[in-house]
Amino acid sequence: MFFNAYEAVIGLEIHVQLQTKSKMFCSDSAAFGGSDNEHTCPVCAGLPGALPVVNERALEYSVKTGLALNCRINPRSVFSRKQYFYPDLPKGYQISQYDKPLCENGHVEFFLDGHRKRVSIVRAHMEEDAGKSLHHGEYTLIDLNRAGVPLLEIVSGPDMRTPAEAAEYARTIRRIVRYLGVCDGNLEEGSMRCDCNVSVRKRGESRLGTKVEIKNLNSFRFIEKAIEYEIIRQIDCLESGDPIHQETRLYDPDKNRTFMMRSKEEVQDYRYFPEPDLLAVELDAEWIQKVKQNLPELPLARAERFMNEYKLPAYDAFILTQERDLADYFEEVAHACGNPKSASNWVMTEFMRELNEAKKEPFDAPVSAKSLGKLIELIDKGTISGRIAKSVFAEMWQTAKEPETIVKEKGLVQVTDTAAIAKIIDDVLTANPSAVTEYKSGKEKLFGFFVGQVMKATKGQASPAVVNDLLKEKLKS
Amino acid sequence: MDLHNVSMSDLANAVRSNKVSAAEVTKYFLDRIAALNPVLNAFITVNPHALSEAAEVDAKVARGDDPGPLAGVPVAVKDLLCTDGLRTTAASKMLENFVPPYSATVVRRLQGAGAIIIGKTNLDEFAMGSSNETSAFGPVRNPWNPEYVPGGSSGGSAAALAAGLAPAAIGTDTGGSIRQPASFCGVYGLKPTYGRVSRYGMIAYASSLDQAGPMARSTEDCARLLEVIAGHCRFDSTTAKVDVPKWSSDLNGELKGLKVGLPKECFTSEVEEDVERVTQNAIEALKKRGAEIVEVSIPLSKHAVSVYYLIATSEASSNLARYDGIRYGYRADFRGRTSVDLEEFYSRTRGEGFGHEVKRRIMLGTYALSAGYYDAYYRKASQVRRLLRDQFLKVFEQCDVLLTPVATSPAFKLNSRLMDPIAMVMNDVFTTSANLAGIPAMSCPAGFSRDGLPIGVQLMAKHFDEARLFQVSFALEETLEREERVPHVF
Repeated sequence: MFFNAYEAVIGLEIHVQLQTKSKMFCSDSAAFGGSDNEHTCPVCAGLPGALPVVNERALEYSVKTGLALNCRINPRSVFSRKQYFYPDLPKGYQISQYDKPLCENGHVEFFLDGHRKRVSIVRAHMEEDAGKSLHHGEYTLIDLNRAGVPLLEIVSGPDMRTPAEAAEYARTIRRIVRYLGVCDGNLEEGSMRCDCNVSVRKRGESRLGTKVEIKNLNSFRFIEKAIEYEIIRQIDCLESGDPIHQETRLYDPDKNRTFMMRSKEEVQDYRYFPEPDLLAVELDAEWIQKVKQNLPELPLARAERFMNEYKLPAYDAFILTQERDLADYFEEVAHACGNPKSASNWVMTEFMRELNEAKKEPFDAPVSAKSLGKLIELIDKGTISGRIAKSVFAEMWQTAKEPETIVKEKGLVQVTDTAAIAKIIDDVLTANPSAVTEYKSGKEKLFGFFVGQVMKATKGQASPAVVNDLLKEKLKS
Repeated sequence: MDLHNVSMSDLANAVRSNKVSAAEVTKYFLDRIAALNPVLNAFITVNPHALSEAAEVDAKVARGDDPGPLAGVPVAVKDLLCTDGLRTTAASKMLENFVPPYSATVVRRLQGAGAIIIGKTNLDEFAMGSSNETSAFGPVRNPWNPEYVPGGSSGGSAAALAAGLAPAAIGTDTGGSIRQPASFCGVYGLKPTYGRVSRYGMIAYASSLDQAGPMARSTEDCARLLEVIAGHCRFDSTTAKVDVPKWSSDLNGELKGLKVGLPKECFTSEVEEDVERVTQNAIEALKKRGAEIVEVSIPLSKHAVSVYYLIATSEASSNLARYDGIRYGYRADFRGRTSVDLEEFYSRTRGEGFGHEVKRRIMLGTYALSAGYYDAYYRKASQVRRLLRDQFLKVFEQCDVLLTPVATSPAFKLNSRLMDPIAMVMNDVFTTSANLAGIPAMSCPAGFSRDGLPIGVQLMAKHFDEARLFQVSFALEETLEREERVPHVF
């Protein structure tokens, strides 16, 4: 195929909605939902005479994010007005940042298929959201609840080459903002929005091809699929000699294709100029330093630490560090039981399965990290077997009881008394003379049958290790 | 009590000490408005609740509470400042029926000091004009001669004061809109330092230049009004966190050792003879009080009008974008139409809702901010503005206060310049600099033309040095021979 002759160049613009209590320039609630136009005031409704005042928390969240993206935080940045007419844009301009953004020149890294990938961050700037137009056939209603909600627009360099890289980059940004607690990263609800710029060029060419912007991508899978479709579409255009137009396209997930929304041939003139109602944002180095010092450990660094400190395999380390709470939970379990690998196994399997099913956050789970640690300790000390532990865990999830309590109440303590087990083995062997004969004549598969019978007789409480050793010995004689 | 000639400060003191009731005062001025406003057209809206608000002030006095330094003082507020529940029009058809759900900080502070908002005064539409002729509610007439304009854009406030329709007024000044009408109507008017007075709730014309300020019939009244409305406001991030002195209790016309600078660029042949004579008189008066006169130069001030018209119109083009007929204000009539395209909705709404001068300025500003022109116009103007500010700061190393004419002429006749925008604009040649530099400037009555029209002089000081302006204004007030004249309408 001719695909190998081309390469795609992909850059992403991600809008992150900052989780502040109030809006960016007024004190209205920035919460999602609310009845129509409930969260409005003279400022965000664009009434005559109203003036914006910067939400300091939004500024702090933006600086936090910029630092986490390894950006330079400009000590002086400027708000500008981006001007266009639209019914859900109350002032006729959006307050944004233009030539002097808050954050510039950063990068993020992530692992994809075992390779470390670095994507540059050109800039991250603050801006306010617009309202929402609700079209009802013949008329349109405007809801301004979202107008003025703070956003941080993160612009990547054109550094990605495959759809998978683009999606992983977006996931990386999501992980980071969730770690920072500045955004919940919910693509479906739109608290994180992703626009992709895609172009293709002949491999080896240094000039960029014509760029197409894709909007309306509300899942990571759609990001990947839309870009995939778009790359093929553009290569088809080039191969058949059709021009590629600079335009904005929407992705239709049902049809899995992109279609044109608007042409960008006539570049809209936004007539940006510095917002005279706001002073330039001046940040002192000390404050920035303080924010930096309070940054949490970020996902990639944490995964690498898990690999070094707990000797976890890369797979475990990356799964456990997807979410900050899960990683915190894991670390608590690991410290409680002193067996990180076992902690990782339990967290990644039993715990995460129940968690996902119950749609709970780690620290809201009925099984606390300490309790799970104790459960693992019980296995490691030989008090209960791993198999029993699974049923104990299920019980813990149901009742939120401590593992020792359950073990005691149900009499689940593992039998390690060699004499007692030997007696049961003898009974089993006596009761199954033909099986013993078959085994001795070479049908070694039957070993499992004997183990099963012994375990059954002990209600699973016999120590598997002791059973194995004793059985082998007895069957030899 | 002689309510006609009493000063605002004495009036407030009389109400506070229960010598006269706020209701009585308010009633007196409401009656004067009812009698004279049909001729002058100084008010667009009279506050129907003025009397009940006055009653509240009286109730406070009766309870033994102090209603504040402006107790019972009826204040005429330019209809550019939002008043909760009281129509606010900006003298535009666009906001003909707009009733704000909130009040401007200036209005709230006035009310908090015991003042009664007696009504909303006429102005040039969206404060764009120098004659009060661009108002959608018709021109204001000058109380000194109704054939003449009162100046603008705060023409209604100036005329109301001069005609005794209110003892105090609030104007706004973007390029001279307080000072020029104050000069034309023979009253005091001060444009404060940028950042001294909150712009919250004041309908924006050019955000980086706009300041609301006091207009009054004496220096002391002016100072007392400013004390009330000035100060940091948490709803306006461009207000400064600086102390507000008690200027009114500290007035002193002693000028010994004070250096008064005369920028040579302002003493040119463009200035009419009457203005020249009145200005020279004022200079002599200051000398008499011990001031030292020095000639200074602010070379870039000759570009002030050009710079002003680029910056002000650029900001205006953006500030007025919100008047789109979607949420409030005028909307073109599309009844009977099954579908209207958005473009047509906007262009007809805005085309019909805005007047000529406003549209002219929106177009100019849109052009100046457009891709390809931004660098040559808006950016260049901003650079010159910065340099002009620097020149002012330099000049204030050589003198304490600057004195210039306010305008090249006294009030001119209605309709005489409406079709000549350049002549209209050149009237602002001495006033725009202060807005561009952000410094405080004041217009003080200083004499009359041969035709009996008042003429003021302009004083300018460095940032936040309003004290100097009050000091010099007070000296002029004490020293200049007061001609016993009254406006035509009395």
